[in-house]
Amino acid sequence: MIATREIRDKYLRHGMMPTILCAGCGNGIVLNAALRAIDSLKKDINKMVFVSGIGCSSRLNGYIKADGIHATHGRAIAFATGVKTSEPELDVVVFTGDGDCAGIGGNHFIHGIRRNIDLTVIAINNYIYGMTGGQTSPTTPPASITTTTPYGSFEHSFDLAELAKTAGASYVARWTIAHPLQLQKAIKKGLENKGFSFIEILSPCPTSYWRINRVRDFEKIYAWYKENTINIKKAELYPEKIKIGEFQNIQKEEWTDQWKKLIERVKK
Amino acid sequence: MDVREILGPKEQFIQGDTSCVYGALLAGCRYFAGYPITPATEIAEGMARLLPLIGGTYIQMEDEIASMGAIIGASWTGKKAMTATSGPGFSLMQENLGYAIMTETPCVVVDVQRGGPSTGQPTRSSQGDVMQARFGSHGDYEIIALSPSSVQETLELTFRAFNLTEKYRVPVILLMDESIGHMREKITIPKRITIANRDMVDIDIEEYKPFRTGYLHATKIPEFAQFGSGYKTFISGLTHNAEGFPVTDDWRVHRDLVLRLSKKITDNIDDIYEVDSKFMEYAEVAVIAYGISARPALAAVKMARALEKEVGYVNLKTIWPFNYDRIADISKQVEKIIVVEMNMGRIHHYIKEAAEGRCDVELVNALGGMVPAPRDILELIK
Repeated sequence: MIATREIRDKYLRHGMMPTILCAGCGNGIVLNAALRAIDSLKKDINKMVFVSGIGCSSRLNGYIKADGIHATHGRAIAFATGVKTSEPELDVVVFTGDGDCAGIGGNHFIHGIRRNIDLTVIAINNYIYGMTGGQTSPTTPPASITTTTPYGSFEHSFDLAELAKTAGASYVARWTIAHPLQLQKAIKKGLENKGFSFIEILSPCPTSYWRINRVRDFEKIYAWYKENTINIKKAELYPEKIKIGEFQNIQKEEWTDQWKKLIERVKK
Repeated sequence: MDVREILGPKEQFIQGDTSCVYGALLAGCRYFAGYPITPATEIAEGMARLLPLIGGTYIQMEDEIASMGAIIGASWTGKKAMTATSGPGFSLMQENLGYAIMTETPCVVVDVQRGGPSTGQPTRSSQGDVMQARFGSHGDYEIIALSPSSVQETLELTFRAFNLTEKYRVPVILLMDESIGHMREKITIPKRITIANRDMVDIDIEEYKPFRTGYLHATKIPEFAQFGSGYKTFISGLTHNAEGFPVTDDWRVHRDLVLRLSKKITDNIDDIYEVDSKFMEYAEVAVIAYGISARPALAAVKMARALEKEVGYVNLKTIWPFNYDRIADISKQVEKIIVVEMNMGRIHHYIKEAAEGRCDVELVNALGGMVPAPRDILELIK
């Protein structure tokens, strides 16, 4: 296995350090897993574009020494669609978060899936708008305390992996930062899949979510992600737990392939 | 297939919207992302029909926000990209339009204006978006907006919009209106055309900074490295330094960036600014108009000249940046300026400001989709 040091020297921008991330944030684990997945596939980093929206998770692509777009809030998938459809040879990866992807960007999310554009979307779900200080998001679990639900949230929350699966994404997986190896494998599969791949990662915001919900020990937070999740294969036995694992892996015609075929057809 | 082959005969009788498609394709546009909206839909339809025939890409997005995002993404792979909409969609595009300004992304945005505010009059003509084109996005910036007054001019100005966006790396807005968009007129596809392309970077990857200027020319416009070329370009809507890295807490970095983004336009106003003047040499009255309003303006000027009045005509083909000096010169020459437009007098206000009281500045306007009548203009000339 490649050493973290090598990953750092090979893929990260030194000029962007230090990161903006808080102590205990899970985003570093996700970035590490993503870079290791890319490295294991021997991808040419010069032919990859990393696109993101706004939020803590969306800062990750700035640290990668590669072409990248730090787009507007929620619009990462729209920008990525422009990159991929105009230059299908490029591998396009999207970093996003629960608020960016399912809140302000919800429409772009479902339509990206519908078109089955070959994007690998890595969504870090921390149940909160972390960058703005911890407001309720579309995935905040009911009864959570956030700065905008000081008496407890009551809205129903989105299950991002189920949403992606139902909308028809060709590859869908969910893991947590407590499962880094499985996560790395899922991102690898997502990159290999010719179509819209969605990898959701449950990841803590110790500063803005867990602190305010009175869990202040990172070991306990880490344990929470292990204890409250169950592999999708055994999910029936534990209906109260959050399902993790591979939700969908199907073959489906991809947009840029279909466009290429259309061009061939109409040119005759 | 060759573009000219696709477009067909040199002379055609077509709509303004179709003419816009022709101009874009001739300029090298190979990517279009859009969303249907009256009266701009025919542009998307034309692109959907013609782009695949020349190996380009057409995509219908889920909304105008996404359309604008997609053309920015496409522009960074080196493609000439465009979207087209009308007022309500143009409002949605303002967010990512600001992003394109901040990241210096070449792209063309067509706004075929209709009556507003809000959903307003979808099938009626208006020039109500001139200020949205100038100030629609937040923050300090300069932008380029062109406005055609005929179907032929639509082809030429769409073409010019691409050349300007490539040269200055700022989004260029083509402000059409429903009348021009849906009007059918004869066009002649020009034989020779000059195509401008963005300056591509040609230095060592290690030395390249995406937003440093002056590698090739002493200009305020950085050279471009397209995605996939190995230059590892990172772009962000955040205030950034020459490397493109976010620097949000240093006032100097922000000031310098905003000044450069503005000055790259205002310093080159003589290159960007284009007007069509007629009979101005001995004019005592000047009629200034743009877009469809320039048509009754010219008709009125000709009628007045038949009555031996010394009247001149100025058609503002470039609306933004506003050229105060040119208008000031006119105000020094004439006794009266008559501004003709289809709004509450948006450019009238600017012209008054530039005239600084040296001459009368009057407004002939029309709302509700009616084009101002030549007789109303003629009355003011007398």
